[in-house]
Amino acid sequence: MAPILEMLGISKTFGANRALCDVSLTVIPGEIHALMGENGAGKSTLMKILSGAYQADPGGQIRIGGEPVVINGPLAARRLGVSVIYQELTLAPNLSVGENIFLGTEPRRGGMIDRAAITNACTPLLQRLGVSFTPATLVSTLSMAERQMVEIARALNAQSRILVMDEPTTSLSSRETERLFDLIRRLRADGLAIIYISHRMAEIYDLADRVSVLRDGSAVGTIPRAELSAETLVRLMVGRDLATFYKKDHAAALARGPVILSVRDVGDGQRVLGCGLDLHAGEVLGIAGLVGAGRTEFARLVYGADRGSGTVTLDGRALHIATPRDAIDAGVVYLTEDRKRLGLFLDMSVRENINLGVIGRDAKGGALLDFAAAARRARDAIAALGIRVSADMINVGALSGGNQQKVLLARLLETKPRVLILDEPTRGVDIGAKSEIYRLIDSLARADVGVIVISSDLPEIVGICDRVLVMREGRMAGEIGGDGQPVTQENIIAIATGADESAGQQAA
Amino acid sequence: MSEAVRVRRKLAFRNAIQVAGMLPILVLLGIMFQLLSGWVEAGNLSGAWAEGRFMSWQNLSIVMQQASINTVLAAGMTVVILTGGIDLSVGSILAASAMVAVIASKLEGLGLLGIPAAMLCGLLFGAINGALIAFMKLPPFIVTLGSLTAVRGIARLIGGDTTVFNPSLPFAFIGNGTLAGLPWLVVIAIAVILVTWFILRRTVLGVHIYAVGGNPDASRLSGIKVWAVILFAYALAGLYAGLGGVMSAARLFAANGLQLGQSYELDAIAAVILGGTSFVGGIGSIWGTLIGALIIAVLGNGLILVGVSDIWQYIIKGLVIIGAVALDRYRIQGSARA
Repeated sequence: MAPILEMLGISKTFGANRALCDVSLTVIPGEIHALMGENGAGKSTLMKILSGAYQADPGGQIRIGGEPVVINGPLAARRLGVSVIYQELTLAPNLSVGENIFLGTEPRRGGMIDRAAITNACTPLLQRLGVSFTPATLVSTLSMAERQMVEIARALNAQSRILVMDEPTTSLSSRETERLFDLIRRLRADGLAIIYISHRMAEIYDLADRVSVLRDGSAVGTIPRAELSAETLVRLMVGRDLATFYKKDHAAALARGPVILSVRDVGDGQRVLGCGLDLHAGEVLGIAGLVGAGRTEFARLVYGADRGSGTVTLDGRALHIATPRDAIDAGVVYLTEDRKRLGLFLDMSVRENINLGVIGRDAKGGALLDFAAAARRARDAIAALGIRVSADMINVGALSGGNQQKVLLARLLETKPRVLILDEPTRGVDIGAKSEIYRLIDSLARADVGVIVISSDLPEIVGICDRVLVMREGRMAGEIGGDGQPVTQENIIAIATGADESAGQQAA
Repeated sequence: MSEAVRVRRKLAFRNAIQVAGMLPILVLLGIMFQLLSGWVEAGNLSGAWAEGRFMSWQNLSIVMQQASINTVLAAGMTVVILTGGIDLSVGSILAASAMVAVIASKLEGLGLLGIPAAMLCGLLFGAINGALIAFMKLPPFIVTLGSLTAVRGIARLIGGDTTVFNPSLPFAFIGNGTLAGLPWLVVIAIAVILVTWFILRRTVLGVHIYAVGGNPDASRLSGIKVWAVILFAYALAGLYAGLGGVMSAARLFAANGLQLGQSYELDAIAAVILGGTSFVGGIGSIWGTLIGALIIAVLGNGLILVGVSDIWQYIIKGLVIIGAVALDRYRIQGSARA
């Protein structure tokens, strides 16, 4: 079949940074074409060129339906039949569904908006999507999944032939995801070309007809569905094998050091009920559990971010932790699961973010900033953690997710902690940075630091932890791995869901 | 040239543009007023520049003096806005402090005590604002709107709702004297700017001020004492308002609780905003504020020189503030795209 879209030899440079280098992508009608790659590999840049948000460097060519086209703005893209549905939806919540679908192209009658025409045009469209709301429904009353349907309806209404979806399932439940997938398959059957961007392997297996992989701004290959496997994808994305992905070189659980952190009876009376744990020097201790089991709340109580009851002992010394400051001073640090909202200062530079926890310690006379020390720390941390940034005065907000996470980790490490509590350390992080973070955790354990990893990613917990505590409904429901029994996804799930009450012994 | 060097130069350039900010507008206004005032004198454009009165040393000195009190208030306002707050009470605090300054100046032989007394008065009111915001977690707008009114009342109460005079004010030199040719008012304003710059850019506290404004939640989680930063910001704004009280008392040899400092807070906020400081906190510089305060003073002075009526001065000032900020937005967007 003749391709609907051909992007040939596309390059894009931002100042000194080369975001895309001679990338080509061919999409045919009636296919779901997955686009994969680490964060910062160039997927969004490529799609922004397609949608007219960016202009490619001279030399490349875009053809739609065989015709060379110039896409110099979002309107041109729309006219050419290209629609993009971004992760952050672009609807006006205060307007109705119909008004949103026709936003910018409102049918008019004598200068007035023609509501009847909107309703008439939208009704069959919404029926085709199989949704339960009407054109008159206010968007603010819709769920995320329903809002996505409105975006899709808007694209269909614009007679789009190429639909780009950027991680559309991020905020959807599994049932909503299923419904979305059904719809995407129907759209494929109708002859639309769909470019689907996602990090989740399962979705790619489920949907994709072909997968194109980008790495460091270059296209490294396109594989048909028949040749799809986790090994191939990871190798293409990382340029490395899956076997070396999880890193656990530090001493095994049974050879662990003395207890450094002891937590007893920590609770807030609501979401965390009398939880405790013992953490050994050089140990990576996982805390698993379902979403809402109270893992983050537990960590925040230990760190002093929220008020609660209980005792915390470090190296045999009872700590009085009322605020995060007390915890940091004692040598206990916490990596938040929400780095943009609760962790980083996006308007501040990489250097300032790395140094924020220690500028007080470095200060001359207790108050004056030591710029030389800050520059040195930033330089060393950037090298040690492999943070990809061309200068440390760049704002953290401009970095990719993985590099942002490394900057945040660097800030914690500068305080030379005894205990790290890492809450979802690899969430929203690309696969290359993931493996570097695993290596970092491993090297910390080898240096006799105690590491607690809270994660919903079971393969990750199994891959990097020596011992796993499982939380359920605010309590420590069980422990796996302490007595040499293997940590597996199955026994974690059994305890987390309460499927096998007797499987785990009570921890603490 | 290596890539790192190139990126660093680009960042330095962008930084310079950000700091320069409104400087071109200030220069442009100066040139315009020189030409216009000359045109009013000479009646034609050819001799306008030579005849212009705006850029005489004497007039520029007056402009700087007129800018001085607002500069001091705006410096405190900059710190407050950088933390993501606002202080509407600085005008009232200035009035109360000026009352305290003049009353204390009448003490036989201890008249110079009026200066520290007024500053202490400002510091106290500022600290109360800060404590209410930091500990009771009340919104800054509401707290300082309340103290705008309450402190105004206190200012009237202090002098029994009369104007207090002291024709032999022991610190009158501040309002009328010079130091090495520079008016004391200007010296004080420059000193305040330098001190504020030092705090913001050279101390740990300064980084914490930017951090709290940029992301209060992350600040707390990373161990910053957010309450202390907020308390400091409002206390500093109060202290500077107290200093402003001394300056204005020294100029007038008198203070009046009802009239002094009316709507000064608005000029201070305008200066900060003209200076490019973000209203949501975390972004901005004290140099921008200085330029903003100068723009406001240049407008006031220049419009009078050109002979524009009082009513039109208000209208033009308001439009220039809006226009300048709009232009700034446009310029920032342009540079981000390039």
